[in-house]
Amino acid sequence: MSDFTDAALAVRRRDKRSGRPVSSMARREARWGYAFISPWIIGFVLFWAVPIGASLVFSALDFQLTDPGATSFAGGDNWQRALSDPDTWTSLAATFRFTVLFLPLSLVVALGLALLLNSKHLKFTGLFRLLFFMPSMIPLVAGVLIWQQVLNPQTGWVNRLIGLTGVDATGSDGIRWFDNPVLVLFAFSFIGLWGVGNAMIVNLAGLQGIPTELYEAAEIDGAGWWRRLRTVTLPLLSPIVFYNLVIGSVLVLQYFVVPWVLFGASGRPGGASKFLLVHFYQEAFVFGNMGYGAALAWLIFIVVAVLTGLLFGTARYWVHYGTER
Amino acid sequence: MTTEAKPTDAAVRRRRRNLLLSGCTTLGAILLAAIFLMPLGYGAATALKDKDGVSDPNAAILPVTSLTFEYEGEELDVYAVPMPDGEVRELALVQPGREASVFVDPEDPGAGTVEWEGRWRALDPVTGVDPQWGNFEEAWNTIDFMRLMGWTLMYALTTMLFTVVSSAVVAYGFARFRFPGRNLLFGLLMATILLPPAVTLVPKYAVFLQMGWVGTYLPLIVPQLFANAFNVFLLRQYFLTIPRELEEAARIDGAGPIRTFVRVIVPQAFPALTAVSLFHFFYAWNDFFEPLLYLAGNRDIVPIGVGLSYFSGVYNSEPHLILAAALLALALPVAIFLVAQRVFVRGIVVTGVDK
Repeated sequence: MSDFTDAALAVRRRDKRSGRPVSSMARREARWGYAFISPWIIGFVLFWAVPIGASLVFSALDFQLTDPGATSFAGGDNWQRALSDPDTWTSLAATFRFTVLFLPLSLVVALGLALLLNSKHLKFTGLFRLLFFMPSMIPLVAGVLIWQQVLNPQTGWVNRLIGLTGVDATGSDGIRWFDNPVLVLFAFSFIGLWGVGNAMIVNLAGLQGIPTELYEAAEIDGAGWWRRLRTVTLPLLSPIVFYNLVIGSVLVLQYFVVPWVLFGASGRPGGASKFLLVHFYQEAFVFGNMGYGAALAWLIFIVVAVLTGLLFGTARYWVHYGTER
Repeated sequence: MTTEAKPTDAAVRRRRRNLLLSGCTTLGAILLAAIFLMPLGYGAATALKDKDGVSDPNAAILPVTSLTFEYEGEELDVYAVPMPDGEVRELALVQPGREASVFVDPEDPGAGTVEWEGRWRALDPVTGVDPQWGNFEEAWNTIDFMRLMGWTLMYALTTMLFTVVSSAVVAYGFARFRFPGRNLLFGLLMATILLPPAVTLVPKYAVFLQMGWVGTYLPLIVPQLFANAFNVFLLRQYFLTIPRELEEAARIDGAGPIRTFVRVIVPQAFPALTAVSLFHFFYAWNDFFEPLLYLAGNRDIVPIGVGLSYFSGVYNSEPHLILAAALLALALPVAIFLVAQRVFVRGIVVTGVDK
């Protein structure tokens, strides 16, 4: 709206000097606009557009970091190798297993905590918000190292707490969180849930934005807590849940730091920590197979693009955008 | 005092019900928070243990060590000694014997020694809480904490300056100027949030290697001069809320767009700029993948995340030192968060909800 006054001011100033028509004022504004965003345009070209294209070219080359002189055209070899490499399938399976477990879990926990913090019955809301958010601020590597000890089969508190219930968790056939390919996914999840704070805060802000009249109306209609949650809260919160879902899935498909700090590229236990990005990092930068690494990188790109595409495709069935802005 | 109307039965019942609900909800939240933060408590307790206390599965939860007592120039162990009258006394062992031993009471050494019949080896040693503060000093020195901090701060603060300035400039362009393709370009900018950076890494690495930048901070710092989608989005949302009248007044006074931006917008947007700075600081402090990649082979200059992971690989038999180092690494970010949490929470809300 007020772009209009802007343009009008520009017109007046420009008019006095050159007397050129209004369209040149618009051109002047546009030039300033491009000038201001030019850092991003340059960065986008240098660090996104060109490298993405170059990655595609690299994926058709046999390019070893150790011997760049011997680079040759490889056609579809790297792609063929990517699809026949058992490690690729291991890493795809590991990534999807963890995504299927962790993504719903983190969404539910983030929503549950936000509902708790938004409850009118809760006292000391500010303090609890602080406590539940704080672990998100802990540097990830430090968090991983702490959890690694908390989940230690013999001396960690988790197993000792489980031991209190009578289950023999600390013994030789106790719960070995980091040696079992299924249990380790729960270990990853615990570590991941420490970072649930951002999604929680976003949910909380969304909840606070829901007009109270809607709840009052529902209450007059005799709707209980569960029914109000299903018919008022969740539909109105769905755009925010969708945002958390998209951001969360993009992040979890690129899961790297936790498995790398705990297990390096070993894939222990039983391939469960060989995530897509771990596989890519090992091939490209540990072994120096840049051509093959570029093919794997594009594979990751395709996986992320397909999944986010699917999510956006489902959005119209369950995400409610009340009023268009 | 005003006379209160006698509350009806229903009102009393409702009040009681609300009180009960509040109690249960708050209690539940306390329990949840305790579980959620339990690892921190464990970390703190274990970081203060000595090496034996860490690896013993039956060790007490708190850092304890066996008590000793100095008596006539000798360091004596203290045991819980059951006396013939049924009382258990804490006594220091002066002279161990097979069937009878001599003890002294540490509380009252002047009273002389006590003879006790029985096998002293069957006695339980007395322990007391004894935090090993030295663990932190040892961890500090072993990981060379000051060096890690120095490099991390250098990296975080330099890139913070770069990304905040460049993102603010770009955000102003998107917020206040009309130009062909603006919506398309903004969409493209937002799409980079979803793009996996891995797909750009191989060529970037090859080029940085050619330029001799690998093993230095340049590949990490220079790209920050070109704005970042999250920061641009947050700042643009904020700039849109600044009233236009201020800028118009400046323009009538003859200020060009650059001057308007620096003199009017930047001071007005101070809260948003602070939020973006803080976000970036935490991001940089946490950054792992790219420092690992580009600084590989130059272990002396890695930032704290990578440094910690190297340390834990080498010292995996000394968990108390690893935990002490982890706590050292999280102290500064958590402290900053506690001071600035309001700015923080507001920033998250802007990026998440306003879309």
